[in-house]
Amino acid sequence: MTTPVGRGPGRRRLRGGPGSVVPSAQIRTYYDRPVLKQPVWTWEIPAYFFTGGLAGASASLGSMARRGGHPLLARAARRIALGGVVVSPALLISDLGRPERFHHMLRVFRPTSPMSVGTWVLTVFGPAAGASAVLAELGWWPRLQRLAETVAGGLGPVMATYTAVLVADTAIPVWHEARHELPFVFAGSAAASAGAAATLLTPASESGPARRVAVTGALLELGAAEVMRVRLGEQGEPYRLADAGRWSRAATACTAAGTALIGLGGRRRRAAAVVGSALLLAGSVCQRWAVYRAGFISAADPKYTVGPQRRRIEERG
Amino acid sequence: MTGYDDGQPRMGFFTDTSVCIGCKACEVACKEWNGVPENPFAWTGESYDNTSSLGANTWRHVAFIESGGQSTASTVQSASSVQSEDEDFRWLMSSDVCKHCTTAACLDVCPTGALFKTEFETVVVQEDVCNGCGYCVPACPYGVIDRRESDGRAWKCTLCYDRLKVGEEPACAKACPTDSINFGTLEAMTAMAADRLDVVVAAGRAGAQLYGDGPSGGVDGAGSVFLLLDDPEVYGLPPDPIAGSKHLPSLWGAAAAAAVTLAGAVAAAFVGGRR
Repeated sequence: MTTPVGRGPGRRRLRGGPGSVVPSAQIRTYYDRPVLKQPVWTWEIPAYFFTGGLAGASASLGSMARRGGHPLLARAARRIALGGVVVSPALLISDLGRPERFHHMLRVFRPTSPMSVGTWVLTVFGPAAGASAVLAELGWWPRLQRLAETVAGGLGPVMATYTAVLVADTAIPVWHEARHELPFVFAGSAAASAGAAATLLTPASESGPARRVAVTGALLELGAAEVMRVRLGEQGEPYRLADAGRWSRAATACTAAGTALIGLGGRRRRAAAVVGSALLLAGSVCQRWAVYRAGFISAADPKYTVGPQRRRIEERG
Repeated sequence: MTGYDDGQPRMGFFTDTSVCIGCKACEVACKEWNGVPENPFAWTGESYDNTSSLGANTWRHVAFIESGGQSTASTVQSASSVQSEDEDFRWLMSSDVCKHCTTAACLDVCPTGALFKTEFETVVVQEDVCNGCGYCVPACPYGVIDRRESDGRAWKCTLCYDRLKVGEEPACAKACPTDSINFGTLEAMTAMAADRLDVVVAAGRAGAQLYGDGPSGGVDGAGSVFLLLDDPEVYGLPPDPIAGSKHLPSLWGAAAAAAVTLAGAVAAAFVGGRR
């Protein structure tokens, strides 16, 4: 049966990008229309991925810094976490179709919904991180401050990674098929941003651990993102296309340059630490936007949905 | 499964596309009964399909697939001799609808409890609870549910929950003039589908196949069974859909590993002392 090319329901060729080793395959679609719906989320969601990750990793950094005898670093990290938890709920609520109903999130706890789990994590983490910072500034109720700090520090890594589960638990191929790598991308990105922000707000003599967190996080972010794109194969094509490609390349460039600056010159030169930190923060933002936008591209083109599913059927026989 | 213990059997659709005539009475009846807002009007140029896909304002969608043979214009001119001139020409029609999955991704990810399973084991959004978080939209492996721009909430087929409550069949099934859309217990629908498949295959339709039948697969079976005359993707349906929530253990496992890595990286940064 033949079908006019480019018109009507029919066959189109799926190819990888330039240099791809992916074999082409016949994909049949309905007028090239998407099988999936694109997300309805707007810029607040990737912004929250950044602020939530920054707050989470900062709370852990602050808690460890206080225990390790780095009071200035601990104070800076607590303040950054406070900033993150003030901004984050506002971003989340403003993205809702019905913002005045935000509290409906709190009428159930649904373990099968990463958004429900995350809502409850944020509901505990936010006040804890906030109380930890505010009580420490005021010098009030030190025991309560320590408790809040410990809770926030313990939940911090969850805050930094659950958002990866949130996007991976969807039907969008570029997200769902990256479910094993995305949490590491987000964890690395969060650590890089928290280390960078703390480096900016701490005197060089005190910021050693922050710089190490920044560099370790950035390397994890770069490595995990690369592994993710390689493992995705042809499904990772959105990371090379359009705005997702630009965000992705910007993330790699900023994070790599920031890592080099902080790692090589951050200890002795304040300027290198400052510029490097700014680059790592920018890289972390770009990384979240790359993931966010890649999801739209992946959902919009039916070849990403139909191709792998059809192959799965053929492999089952 | 749904927590109901009232002896009410699971209800569902059997959509037999082999007898669909593309009249769109289902689309209209659905809109009328459920008060679904109109779609912005546009000619798509895609056969007779101007609704294009299921969505917040389209809960039944009739797909039209013209393929093979000559262009549409010439087939119209020689309508009476289409079969003899070109045996390959096909005009497939199919009324698509929410699958009311056994493992429903939209319901699993809903953080407000707005989406729920009814006593008929259908999947319904409570419009007074939904806060428009939008998570169900990319979660659905069929691209069914969507957020309505005009009111910010998620909408989809309710399988006419209000009609089922009083013993009526859904509006689309009621309006269907050829019994392409059948409604009943899922057991009966599945049996009917299997019988029809035998008939259609015996009549020489080699590509005919059932879609959504049986309790296996990525959504553990659907409440909407289809008899298709070609592969699902030709109708815009995913050939092997899977609910993301089926992978929850590995999703959270990876996150736990990443969270521990993050905590370890932060702790390790303090080992080196004050440099």
